[in-house]
Amino acid sequence: MSFINYSSREINCKIVYYGPGLCGKTTNLQHIYRKTRPDAKGKMITLATETERTLFFDFLPLALGDIKGFKTRFHLYTVPGQIFYDASRKLILKGVDGIVFVADSQAERMDANIESFENMKVNLEDQGYNLSQVPYVVQYNKRDLPSAVPVEELKKVLNPEGVPDFEAVASDGAGVFETLKTIVKLVLIELKKSS
Amino acid sequence: MPQSSFVMYEEEYREITSSIDKLLKEANAKCVYLVDKDGQLIASSGETRDIDATSLASLTAGNIAATGGLAKLIGEKEFSILFHEGEKDNIHISLIEQRVILVVIFDKRSSLGLVRLRVRKASEDLARSIQKLLARMAGGSEKESLLEEISDEDIEKLFN
Repeated sequence: MSFINYSSREINCKIVYYGPGLCGKTTNLQHIYRKTRPDAKGKMITLATETERTLFFDFLPLALGDIKGFKTRFHLYTVPGQIFYDASRKLILKGVDGIVFVADSQAERMDANIESFENMKVNLEDQGYNLSQVPYVVQYNKRDLPSAVPVEELKKVLNPEGVPDFEAVASDGAGVFETLKTIVKLVLIELKKSS
Repeated sequence: MPQSSFVMYEEEYREITSSIDKLLKEANAKCVYLVDKDGQLIASSGETRDIDATSLASLTAGNIAATGGLAKLIGEKEFSILFHEGEKDNIHISLIEQRVILVVIFDKRSSLGLVRLRVRKASEDLARSIQKLLARMAGGSEKESLLEEISDEDIEKLFN
């Protein structure tokens, strides 16, 4: 849930990166962190296991400039992708304003993508949301890998609604900011609509 | 259902800040934070300069969320108070009105007993402020025209 603070003149929104384990959610945030001016970002928090798998969440606060004299701040979160961390995933969706679904383009991860997408819908419903009413975009990550499934095929399965979608190679940054910009826009448009 | 925004006006901020300023003094605490359950910082008071408030807010909300999940697992509604004891500094975290989180950081100049006592009193004041704020939000307000005034160009400009 966005937070509009008239005292500090800030608009705060929460964006969650969702997707199967090892699809590149944390990598997206790391790239954004590296490429953002120091004055526009806060500390990136990573709650991970010793083997660098996300345990609870990653968190990155971003400032994106002013609208009507209000600073816009976006809090980016990732969920832990591994199946058995479902309880944590559910918690992180609380108060979400926009979602980036990161899919792993590799053929052998198709089932994991579908399972994660369905899991996201269920967890959203548990929090009282309906995916059709939450701004979201889809990112097809790891396009550089040899076993990457054609985008048309991924679209059919993971983007039946035809929301904005992007090809990405998060490890070298391709597509990362395009994805972020679009979800930020969608969140602000939704915020405007709901007023 | 997408929820509407949590909106706080200047006068509400002042009322909340005066409550936590008072708590800071009466509990002899180092600093006090009020955080939304979704991890947004609402207000703070005291020696906050050396602490990254944005990180504190998101971690506190994550902590409360995880503890709430644990509570449900064992059939409790929630754990309304959490306490973390450190070598020098301690953190007392409590939930107000199921909606906002009060964080008190204190050292040996205070004690857990004193903090708990003062937090209880301050929670009543803060609960009233939050209830008022939520009631005002539920009633809608013509002052919330900020969002309507945002144009597509404003959004576009953010990225140029």
